[in-house]
Amino acid sequence: MATAEVEKFRGRYAALSVAAVVIMVGIPLWWKTTETYRAWLPYSQIRELDSLQLQLSMEVEVVFSRGTLTPEQQKKVPLSQIREEQHQVNENTRLKYRYETKYRTATVMEEDALGQPSTEDADLSLHRLSESPCGSVVMYVIPQSSTLLPEGVKVYVGQRRTALLRGWEALGGTLKEVLAVLEPQVEQVLRTMSFSHSDITAALGDRIRGSRLSRESLADSMRAFKSSPGYEITFSLLNPDPQSHSLHWDIEGAVQTYIQPLLDKLAPVANHSVDSQILYYAVLGVKPRFNRELSAYTLSAESLAHVINPIEAKLGSNAASSNPVLNFLLYVPDAHHAPLLIQDQGKREVPSNAFHSPRWGGIMVYNVKDQYGPEAEVPVYINIDMARVMGVFLSQLRLMLGVQPTHLAPGFLLQSPGSAGLTDWELDRLQWTRSVENVAMASTTITSLAQLLNQIGNIVINDNIAQQVSSAVTSLQAAVAELEAGNLAFALQYSREAILASERAFFDPSLLHLLYFPDDQKFAIYIPLFLPMCVPILLSLLKMLGEIRRSRAERRAKKD
Amino acid sequence: TWSWLALSRSALDSLFLCVSHFGSVSLCLCLGKAGQFFSSGHTNNWAVLVCTSRFWFNYRHVANTLSVYRSVKRLGIPDSHIVLMLADDMACNHRNPKPATVFSHKNMELNVYGDDVEVDYRGYEVTVENFLRVLTGRLPPSTPRSKRLLSDDRSNVLIYLTGHGGNGFLKFQDSEEISNVELADAFEQMWQKRRYNEVLFIIDTCQGASMYERFYSPNLLALASSQVGEDSLSHQPDLAIGVHLMDRYTFYLLEFLEDIHPASQANMKDLFKVCPKSQCVSTPGHRTDLFQRDPGSVLITDFFGSVRKVEITMESVNLTSPIVLVPHPPTSIFLQKPKQRDWHPPDGFILGLWTLIILIFFKTYGIKHLKHIF
Repeated sequence: MATAEVEKFRGRYAALSVAAVVIMVGIPLWWKTTETYRAWLPYSQIRELDSLQLQLSMEVEVVFSRGTLTPEQQKKVPLSQIREEQHQVNENTRLKYRYETKYRTATVMEEDALGQPSTEDADLSLHRLSESPCGSVVMYVIPQSSTLLPEGVKVYVGQRRTALLRGWEALGGTLKEVLAVLEPQVEQVLRTMSFSHSDITAALGDRIRGSRLSRESLADSMRAFKSSPGYEITFSLLNPDPQSHSLHWDIEGAVQTYIQPLLDKLAPVANHSVDSQILYYAVLGVKPRFNRELSAYTLSAESLAHVINPIEAKLGSNAASSNPVLNFLLYVPDAHHAPLLIQDQGKREVPSNAFHSPRWGGIMVYNVKDQYGPEAEVPVYINIDMARVMGVFLSQLRLMLGVQPTHLAPGFLLQSPGSAGLTDWELDRLQWTRSVENVAMASTTITSLAQLLNQIGNIVINDNIAQQVSSAVTSLQAAVAELEAGNLAFALQYSREAILASERAFFDPSLLHLLYFPDDQKFAIYIPLFLPMCVPILLSLLKMLGEIRRSRAERRAKKD
Repeated sequence: TWSWLALSRSALDSLFLCVSHFGSVSLCLCLGKAGQFFSSGHTNNWAVLVCTSRFWFNYRHVANTLSVYRSVKRLGIPDSHIVLMLADDMACNHRNPKPATVFSHKNMELNVYGDDVEVDYRGYEVTVENFLRVLTGRLPPSTPRSKRLLSDDRSNVLIYLTGHGGNGFLKFQDSEEISNVELADAFEQMWQKRRYNEVLFIIDTCQGASMYERFYSPNLLALASSQVGEDSLSHQPDLAIGVHLMDRYTFYLLEFLEDIHPASQANMKDLFKVCPKSQCVSTPGHRTDLFQRDPGSVLITDFFGSVRKVEITMESVNLTSPIVLVPHPPTSIFLQKPKQRDWHPPDGFILGLWTLIILIFFKTYGIKHLKHIF
């Protein structure tokens, strides 16, 4: 009947419209409201960063002083050459070194400077004449007969960025032959004063993990701290016997005079904060043995490893920052175990009476027994000689920070760093390795973060993380560009920004939510919600389908 | 004999020196055994010890964790490098007949609580989220140093978990779980950021071997107290305290560790033999395929202790400039006397407030009460 038909049609339309609403409005709405907010990240640029192609450019200037070149050779100079070296470190890291060498003869003023009696004065006057930019090296070739360099010394490296090379008397031949003879010496000097391939590969250790490093570079990489935005340096005075010794150390003045200049010079590389403390009744965990021939107590090399742990438990540290800590301890032995000497592997006395532990710090033993006799009134007032103490701590600090050059070719003489604690070329070395290390670390952090976010679809990516990642990517690209152009200071600054941004993005506390939902838990949540709703719709649709099929069969039967 | 001993000693020393010397100009490396410096590749040690169960009858899990804590401290790892997470406080539980103690042996032979325990995450702070945050380093910036795992690429980390577990999960606080997939992902994130050199993962729960099945990052060595489908059993109850004191695996692990001292040369193969089926009833398992070194060459103290590598400082910088005297501001100590305050009559606000209160009172109850005041 008509009303029954109308009812059936209404029923059909109702079912269809409900199904349409569910499919067209409900499902997109549910999808949109349950998706996690993921801000846009520059994935393509990050993928480019994964394959790192670094080019390090540096400028070298070689100056020939009078007597090293024949007049015909002098006519060809000034001359500039570019030398490039390519290394494929692993499948996605490529290095290219570009040395731009300029050859020229010395000016009159430079000749005057080289005529000075001592090498330090010559170095100082040369520095006054011209200031070489950060990252460059200037080499002066002086004739063999010159008395400026002492006997047996082939190369003298000054406090700034200059080196004096002992050359030869005017050789015959073309300029090219002379340069060919000079080149290995120049390379050797560059390896010492600037970066060497092994330094750079060690700095890239993050990316090329698993490769076999040589023993020396493994020890070096384990000793120096990894690049970090800041370091905490703590000086501690350990006094196990306050009844006998009343120790006084002017730590503030000593830090201001000796340590602060070094830290100020290292300011572009990292921030440093210094503090100090005095610990009373702190004992070494090892019993020293009495050595009759030296009439002193000795600590053998094997027992040194067990000294640090009991003391470290008592040291205080700055709880506010998470920067790596360097501890420098000064131990004054008590009156009954004095003097205390450290012996090395071969039972020989160590002149500095100090030892250090990689990535931790150093301990120096300061003996005061000879400063007072047995009749002195206890407690004896002792003023500690901070110059001697700081000399040892400064060398340990230089080792810990990775500044100390460890392998010297024979015939090299280095000028001591002086009051600044750090020579310019050592700073340049550190800047080279640090910028490469920062770039490598930042790129691995960003690529692994992008991979992680891709893999786990449930993590919320907030806007601030996306902004940090974008700024890290731009800083990285800028750092690589500056390294290519040879601007070392800018490269280091950009690499520092890159690493700060990438670390902040990677370690953001919000990246932990919604990590893992097993599939059965997802089903257990959605089925009670959707099943009761879908069952009537599906059943009515199936019923409609059944009716359509029946009516089609009837129509076909009617036709036949 | 004295001189002969000294001679042979110096010959031995020079032999070590020959073997260990590699021609570097300014260094002299200190080696106990030739090559030991390089074989492990780590410079510091960290430990993350987690007990995940609460309630008094889970006393044994707290005792497990504290006994590992005690061994690790005794072998040299300082508190600043240990993250200790205890989900409940057994020592100060009101059901503890001996307060401030947690025993591991019956008849109260060994108190593992001691008097210098530093618990970093206590009670309800021990959650899956905090545990994963500690491992991956994603902590809020206000977290203090003692609650962070500040390991670097040269750190060996010991991770010990105990509690109630099942096939593929570990129960935290009786209310949430961590799955083996999440744990494996956390280790992978640690590896991506090079937050460890090597990890020793020990788990003492029922079906513990399922927790390390899903690991896929390199340099992980895992031990578990029982295989999938087996239960880890507890060791012995103490009748005075009334609960089981320790789990079997950790009990025999503690006995093994008590024989280790900082200079010991025992290696991981000995650790694998701890608690055979006859003692433990369950079958302890281990996983070494992700570990690059041979377990026989890994010392126990590489993970449980903190043997430092030292080098003698050969050089010192010659400093001659005189010390700059830093001017100290005159330190004056102020003794603060309590300020004499003169009495002022109450100001307008107080007066107004009290007037309002009194007015309302009399409005409500009638004016006749005024006579009680005046």
